[in-house]
Order: sequence, then C-alpha cells, then structure tokens
Amino acid sequence: MTFTRREALVLGAGGLATITLAPAAMAAAFEDAIAAFTGGAAAGEGGIEISAPEIAENGNVVPVEVSAPGAEEIVVFAPGNPAPAVCNVKFGPLAGSQRLSTRIRLAKTQDVTALARMGDGSFVQVARTVKVTVGGCGG
Amino acid sequence: MADAKPRVKVPSSAAAGEAFTIKTLISHDMESGQRKDGDGNPIPRKIINRFTCDFNGTSVIDMTLEGAISANPYIEFDAMIDADGEFTFNWYDDDGSVYSATSAISLA
Repeated sequence: MTFTRREALVLGAGGLATITLAPAAMAAAFEDAIAAFTGGAAAGEGGIEISAPEIAENGNVVPVEVSAPGAEEIVVFAPGNPAPAVCNVKFGPLAGSQRLSTRIRLAKTQDVTALARMGDGSFVQVARTVKVTVGGCGG
Repeated sequence: MADAKPRVKVPSSAAAGEAFTIKTLISHDMESGQRKDGDGNPIPRKIINRFTCDFNGTSVIDMTLEGAISANPYIEFDAMIDADGEFTFNWYDDDGSVYSATSAISLA
C-alpha cells in the first residue's frame, strides 16, 4: 500500500488529533470518577496522606500507602492510566486504623490521587507525583 | 489462574482494642484487559474485583479492586479485636470463584 504525499499528510494530521484528544478524554473520565465519589462536593485538604516512591522504575509494581484517620472510605485514582480507578476501600468497625498499603500499576508519570470520605461526610483529597520509568499497563 | 493461593499473616494474639497489622497476598495474574496478545486481540479482563476481611462476622475492610492493582495483589491494613475469634478473608474473582482463608486469633 502506497500513500500519495497528500494522503500521508491527512493521515498524519488525523493521528495527531487523536493523540492530542486522548489526554482530554482521560482527564474527563478522572473528573467524572471524582464527582461520582464526592457527589459533586468540593474536597478539602489535610487529614489524608499518600506515600509512594518519587521514582518508580517498574510501573507494574508501585507500592502505595494511603492513610486518613477517621475516614470511612478511601478511593485511589491514577489519572494517567487508561482506566483511572485503582481501588476503593470501606473501613468497617473493626479496622484498627484507616490505612491501606498495596501495590499498583502506573502507565506513565502522573499524580496518584487519593480521596477520603470522613466520618462527618466531608471529603479530603491528596495527590502525589510518581515518576515512572517503564510503564506498567502492557502498552 | 486456577490455583490462586491466598496467604495471610495475622498475629496469634493481640490486646483488646489495640491495632495490629494484617498482611495478605494472593497469587493471581490480575489480567487488566488492557493488554493485547500476539495477534493484536485484546486479552479479556480477569482480575480479583473485591477483597473482604471480617472478624466473627463484623467487617474490617471491604475493598474494590480495579485493573490498576498489580499482579499477585498485596494488601496490608490494620485491625483490632475485642474477643477471641477468627478472621475470614475472601477474594472474589471476575470468573465468579471465591478464594478464602481463615486465621484464628486470641486475646492476649
């Protein structure tokens, strides 16, 4: 299959458009996911911490710990992944603390974001940048 | 993976009302549904989508997992107890199977 110069230009432009569109669509999915959790309420700051490595060499296994004392529910998002949701944790009456440690996949360098719903119904949010050397979503 | 093998680490005893750490690990591919096979066809998603831990029927944590959780999901959290009893851990697979583990604990 051969392309004329004109066709090649059109294809190139089309490809560029889809590449530039994709991040916008991903950001929208991320915003929607946050809104679905908070019900549109604004999230405050403080009272929630997220710890993750500054640089993750292997995006397939990135250790992440989230803690929010007094939280009833915590969600974690990776906005740069093809699907931003990571996990959702509900703490029961016998939880010793509102803390969770796990390992997640990150497709690229991004701000890992955690939100918590506190006992009084308010929401808090925190984000932390993780640099990813090799992405972990199987590209 | 049919032979998902859960492993949990729970202390054998704990003081009442005092928090202690539970570590869990289960061998599972956590196929995210994002990958493609050699012919370019997407590999269907097959992950553990939910994990729960209960103590004598009372919830400790109830977690929803997505494709972004790494293979062989490792989950670490804190619990506390007010009586002797047993922790029950359940992992729910996309294909409907449930992997379980239990661990007895007594008051110190």
